[in-house]
Amino acid sequence: MADTAVYKEEGAGIAGQRGFLRKTFLHNMPAKIAALPMVATVLVVFVGCTLWTVYYSFTNSRLLPTGKFVGFEQYERLFATSRWNISVTNLISYGAMSLVLTLTLGFLLAVLMDQKIRFESAFRTIMLYPFALSFIVTGLVWQWIMNPTLGLQGTFRNLGWTGFTFDWIANPRMVLFALLIAGLWQGVGFCMVLMLAGLRGVDDEIWKAARIDGIPTWRTYVSIVLPMMRGVLVTAVVLIGSGIVRLYDLVVALTNGGPGISSEVPAKYVYNYMFSGGNIGQGLAAATMMLLTVIIIMVPWAYLEFGGKGRRS
Amino acid sequence: MQHSVSIRDLSLNFGSVKVLETLNLDIEQGEFIVLLGPSGCGKSTLLNCIAGLLDVSAGQIFIGGKNVTWMEPKDRGIGMVFQSYALYPQMTVERNLSFGLRVSGMKKDEIERRVARAAEILQIEPLLGRKPANLSGGQRQRVAIGRALVRDVDVFLFDEPLSNLDAKLRSDLRVEIKRLHQRLKNTMIYVTHDQIEALTLADRIAIMKNGVIQQLADPHTIYNKPVNLYVAGFIGSPSMNFIEGTLDGSSFTAEDGTVIPVATYDFADKAKATGKAVLGVRPEHILLGDDAAKMPYSLEVEIEIVEPMGSDTLAWTTIAGRPVTFRAASDVHLEAGQKLVVGFDPARGSFFSSETTNRL
Amino acid sequence: MSQTAIMAGAAPETGTGTAVEPRGPRPKPFFTPRKIIIYSVLILFSFYFLFPLYVMIATSFKTMPEIRFGNIFALPQQINFDAWVRAWTSVCTGLTCEGLSPGFWNSVKITIPSTIVSIFIAAVNGYALVNWRFKGSEIFFAILIFGSFIPYQVFLYPLVMITRELRIFGTLQAVILVHTIFGMPILTLLFRNYFASLPQELFKAARVDGAGFWRIFFEIMLPMSLPIFVVALILQVTGIWNDFLFGVVFAGTQNYPMTVQLNNIVNSAQGSPEYNVNMAATVLTGLVPLIIYFVSGKLFVRGVAAGAVKG
Repeated sequence: MADTAVYKEEGAGIAGQRGFLRKTFLHNMPAKIAALPMVATVLVVFVGCTLWTVYYSFTNSRLLPTGKFVGFEQYERLFATSRWNISVTNLISYGAMSLVLTLTLGFLLAVLMDQKIRFESAFRTIMLYPFALSFIVTGLVWQWIMNPTLGLQGTFRNLGWTGFTFDWIANPRMVLFALLIAGLWQGVGFCMVLMLAGLRGVDDEIWKAARIDGIPTWRTYVSIVLPMMRGVLVTAVVLIGSGIVRLYDLVVALTNGGPGISSEVPAKYVYNYMFSGGNIGQGLAAATMMLLTVIIIMVPWAYLEFGGKGRRS
Repeated sequence: MQHSVSIRDLSLNFGSVKVLETLNLDIEQGEFIVLLGPSGCGKSTLLNCIAGLLDVSAGQIFIGGKNVTWMEPKDRGIGMVFQSYALYPQMTVERNLSFGLRVSGMKKDEIERRVARAAEILQIEPLLGRKPANLSGGQRQRVAIGRALVRDVDVFLFDEPLSNLDAKLRSDLRVEIKRLHQRLKNTMIYVTHDQIEALTLADRIAIMKNGVIQQLADPHTIYNKPVNLYVAGFIGSPSMNFIEGTLDGSSFTAEDGTVIPVATYDFADKAKATGKAVLGVRPEHILLGDDAAKMPYSLEVEIEIVEPMGSDTLAWTTIAGRPVTFRAASDVHLEAGQKLVVGFDPARGSFFSSETTNRL
Repeated sequence: MSQTAIMAGAAPETGTGTAVEPRGPRPKPFFTPRKIIIYSVLILFSFYFLFPLYVMIATSFKTMPEIRFGNIFALPQQINFDAWVRAWTSVCTGLTCEGLSPGFWNSVKITIPSTIVSIFIAAVNGYALVNWRFKGSEIFFAILIFGSFIPYQVFLYPLVMITRELRIFGTLQAVILVHTIFGMPILTLLFRNYFASLPQELFKAARVDGAGFWRIFFEIMLPMSLPIFVVALILQVTGIWNDFLFGVVFAGTQNYPMTVQLNNIVNSAQGSPEYNVNMAATVLTGLVPLIIYFVSGKLFVRGVAAGAVKG
């Protein structure tokens, strides 16, 4: 409503005499022209491309998208493919661990940073710098550190600790943890910064009141401050979560899905079928499944954040 | 007699900035003390020091005869009420009141007894199951007072508790705090920048500026016998009229040559009543009409501006070359350009030395 | 008094006879268990965060025999730039063996125009959304934000087809277009929130003075938006520089950005791996965002947080 008010002031005087057409279409014209890139992006990319992908996931397109409709055939094949199923399982296990650990460590570090410590900005710089790096860089460094022969394992064995084993990157059962170490290295600092901003947003007088009440610091964090940070926590979960679903570059650089197919993830499956597997329909079906996952995560969040506002305050 | 709260040579520095300077203050048992001053004068800082929320740089604090300088806030025997209420948002009113007691491991029936008593005193029983978000500002502030009440302490600290409320609620709660004080007879230390709150609530007011207490006295003395120009100008609305001039024992000569007799004025030390000085007269002490003529000093003036305030009327004029306001009853008809006789008794005013700004 | 226990470590002061009278600040021992725990945990984590940076740099200065027989913790015996030179000029990045330098210049050629175009469009969007709302503008914005959470894989193939139709697939233009599209949600949000925080009276005053859409934008809004432009700049330059997916799909082999070529050096290498060259190449690729990070300091943090604050 506020928008109409802005240009009605002028509308009353000038456009009042100049006809209906000008009033509805030409008014605010420069703004509409300026917003064309945004409108085009929304309509063509975010709506159009999504619909296109969903539609063609029901066709038997192979090297080129064709119109032959085959119903859920691509999806049946998708869930009959062990590589896809492993990808999904991997994403769920990695995602759960990564989400929980990122949030816990992020919160823990933020609490420590909140204790009026010295060198706060130095610690923050150290924790956040990995976030500025490319996933490719992160993946390659950790690939080198975890190299079984010359990395940490080799070094400790050469130093005389012959039983030392750290071969997660080459061990199908442990490779997800290798991914986790690299992923946390990159993401925890970001989560810490978010949480710290949340902590600093808590009214100072709440802390004073808790001290007068004699509530121990840890108890204040757990029982009073943490529940007050609901907004920041939800934001962190949504951002970390959407990052996890997108997980691609890090896997490509660190393990390239290996050993075997033990660290495959959905995003990589989509890419491989679309651009190297020559089975577009299959790739689109997998992409649609990713879209579905995000919608399932996003809708409750959007509801809580925007729909449920009336009840919250 | 033992003081309820005693502050000895208290200083506080933040780095090189001196916030409080060798401050001394003794508060009697059951006394209502208001710390009054503009923002940044150190009044909230002083309160936080008493509460133990700020570490002092030097000096000592005694509460109930015990040296609490190094004690944790919870052990000092104080309760505190904050401007933003500082209620725990996700807990019900009942839990807000009881949380501190639960954490301290108090017995359940004792907690219940205390919460019930506080709820009864503050009349918040129907609200016990609600969360702070569902309370009005006034209700929240009652709950915040209740949280101090359940601690069963001798000293209550209020940090601008009414500043977030609108004018109407503010005066309602003001009365309620006064009633609470009369019922409980606790020592209360109350920080505010609102002089009406200070004048209405306090047994004694401490007016602060730059970390130093300027005057500590009952509201009547503060209002009628301010110790210096600062206090005189700070208290009172509209503020006191000031006329600069020179004293020579029996009369005061304003800068434009107007002579005002001062024989009736009770100087602290008559011998020092010479030299450059400032005469302060409160607007309501300037009388008009027949009353004016009886005053030791009266003159005819022209009214420049009239501000009707409802209960009374404020008028602007010029006396001795200075803009001066005076109050008239609302039924007296005044208008700009009108000429009339006004007068006042310097005995009801105050003289301050221009040099030291102190009262003469 | 009950406070004597706490005062045990304090310097003696003028007392009342039996106990030291508390006076002045609370005694604060230099080491408390609390402090020790806090700092040791923080320092432990700092090792975790710093270790890869150290390994990366140390390895890049070593020779291959040194790597094979030494250990990963050791400092290089001497500073040896051979690996850096090789990484920059002659290591094989897939089909060609010209080192990372072409990739670096490709990244520059992608990053500069993408950053400028995406920021300009987003600034105009944010301005229009705040001050010149039109019917449906908020809906478009909502879809834009929601769309930013959808995995890129969903849009990838249709965008390939669109860029093919536009005859720009496999060129720099295609990557620039894609970066502009996917940078739009976060940047628009950033600018929208910023413009909304400016006093609206300013805009109204300008309108009363008769200024139009573009004049207000260029003469009033832009001069006031320097801080947010810097934040957007940091966000975009690091984001685009670090991109892998769009580069590998849309740029075409000739225009592969640095990240893609770096990955090729390490993961598609023939013969025995040269770890020192790999690490030199990795440091080189990470250098640009790292420099931006260290130079921008708090602004980077602000950019990171801005991305998280919902409008």
